[in-house]
Amino acid sequence: MTASVLTRPRTAAAEPANRPRRRLRPGRPIPFGAAIGPLLLLAVWALGSATGWLDPRTLSAPWTVVTTAGDLIADGRLPANLAVSAQRAALGLGIGTVIGTVLAVVAGLSRWGEAVVDGPIQIKRAVPALALVPLLILWLGIGEQMKVTTIALGVFVPVYIHTHNGLRSIDSRYVELGESLRLRRTAFLRRIVLPGALPGFLLGMRFAVVGAWLALVVVEQINSTSGIGYMMDLARQYGQTDVIIVGLVLYGLLGLLSDGAVRLVQRRALSWRRTLAD
Amino acid sequence: MATHAGGLTATRPVRVRDLARGFGDRTVLDGLDLTIGAGEFVALLGRSGSGKSTLLRALAGLDGEVTGSGLVDVPANSSVVFQDARLLPWQRVLDNVVLGLRGPDAAERGRAALAEVGLAGRDRAWPSELSGGEQQRVALARALVSEPELLLADEPFGALDALTRLRMHDLLRRLCDRHRPAVLLVTHDVDEAITLADRVLLLDAGRIAVDLSIDLPAPRSYRQPAFLAHRESLLRALGVDPTEG
Repeated sequence: MTASVLTRPRTAAAEPANRPRRRLRPGRPIPFGAAIGPLLLLAVWALGSATGWLDPRTLSAPWTVVTTAGDLIADGRLPANLAVSAQRAALGLGIGTVIGTVLAVVAGLSRWGEAVVDGPIQIKRAVPALALVPLLILWLGIGEQMKVTTIALGVFVPVYIHTHNGLRSIDSRYVELGESLRLRRTAFLRRIVLPGALPGFLLGMRFAVVGAWLALVVVEQINSTSGIGYMMDLARQYGQTDVIIVGLVLYGLLGLLSDGAVRLVQRRALSWRRTLAD
Repeated sequence: MATHAGGLTATRPVRVRDLARGFGDRTVLDGLDLTIGAGEFVALLGRSGSGKSTLLRALAGLDGEVTGSGLVDVPANSSVVFQDARLLPWQRVLDNVVLGLRGPDAAERGRAALAEVGLAGRDRAWPSELSGGEQQRVALARALVSEPELLLADEPFGALDALTRLRMHDLLRRLCDRHRPAVLLVTHDVDEAITLADRVLLLDAGRIAVDLSIDLPAPRSYRQPAFLAHRESLLRALGVDPTEG
């Protein structure tokens, strides 16, 4: 009974000789485990509000937030601001994605393209998109143009980085295959380059969608007259923490939803890969 | 050095004269001459590092970064089969087969080629769903669907198990009898070379050192005394004593 060396003498006598090995793994997954943390947080928040430990001026009670959200939807302020915000994010995301993808293909397929494009983008990458806001305000004013540009600037970098990386990591054996089949440039792009870079591109998109909402928050709190960020900034002036919380929850939900949407696309578009993973 | 002299006409799809290739200071091919006739099945043997793949890549035009000289005259319509099946994992089997094809009947021809290699009905499968042998069959279909005049195969069965390899030998022979491309099969397996080829070449010191015509009736096997005689002489030329082991 060699196992008894590892066990305490008290249990060693009761335990059968082939005692199971010590488990080092974290164990079986907990059902709905991902929900436990947030629910716990919510419970503490509710408890704090109910006992009066949390001053409503510091943080409104969860139920107040829910009724406020209902009111905001009913009077049309929330849907209107959400529509404006969503439009800005979508426009910036769209423009940024196209720019990032095109630049990645240019830099990935030609040495000259890489020499010209890659350096400036690496520099841009080191400068936070939001640090450019003062300059953009001077150039473009405080209108929609500035907001969409800021978002697009934040979006195109991750799209470029990951698509470019995806392109560069395409197995050179496939390039050789294309050469041996005498593929034309367009067929090479369509059959080998773009599908090969798709996993990288989609990873970039996951960063990009979250980045788009992030940039949105900032631009909407600067001299804005519409949008969720404006709604929250206004609430700050009137001390309405419930409205601020509604905005925060909304940002969180939008980020989660858009990330989930990209992951869904990822699963469908990369089904050739899933057959390996499953 | 054995060179195939003869009429250098259209009936000789492959003509190589005085080919030299090297990597840095190392010379791999040195004044190599080679002729392959139309529909002729040639196997190329050689020790590891003797330059078999270098020669094949020179014929395939895939050695752009290598320094060298010489005349290489090959048909424009030639196909390559690599040691790995080299299927694009993100394209379904049929799309892999028709990758180099153009025209409205591409899918039709691709399906016919898949049927020829015994994979009819698998056109919607992903490459990762196929076994190693099946993947190499798809690669064969892709190589032959364009009806090449020259088929270049670089140890195409090297990664397959012994049983699958035997089946692939039959398949390749059948396909070549039907499509009649000129074939250059690079292999390190003497038996494979004798079983499949009309002519076996042995590459040594950058040149063709042995040029052996194999004139054996099918099906070829160890039972034929001539098979064993060829085997012995080729192994000897490769520096292996056939009486040992």
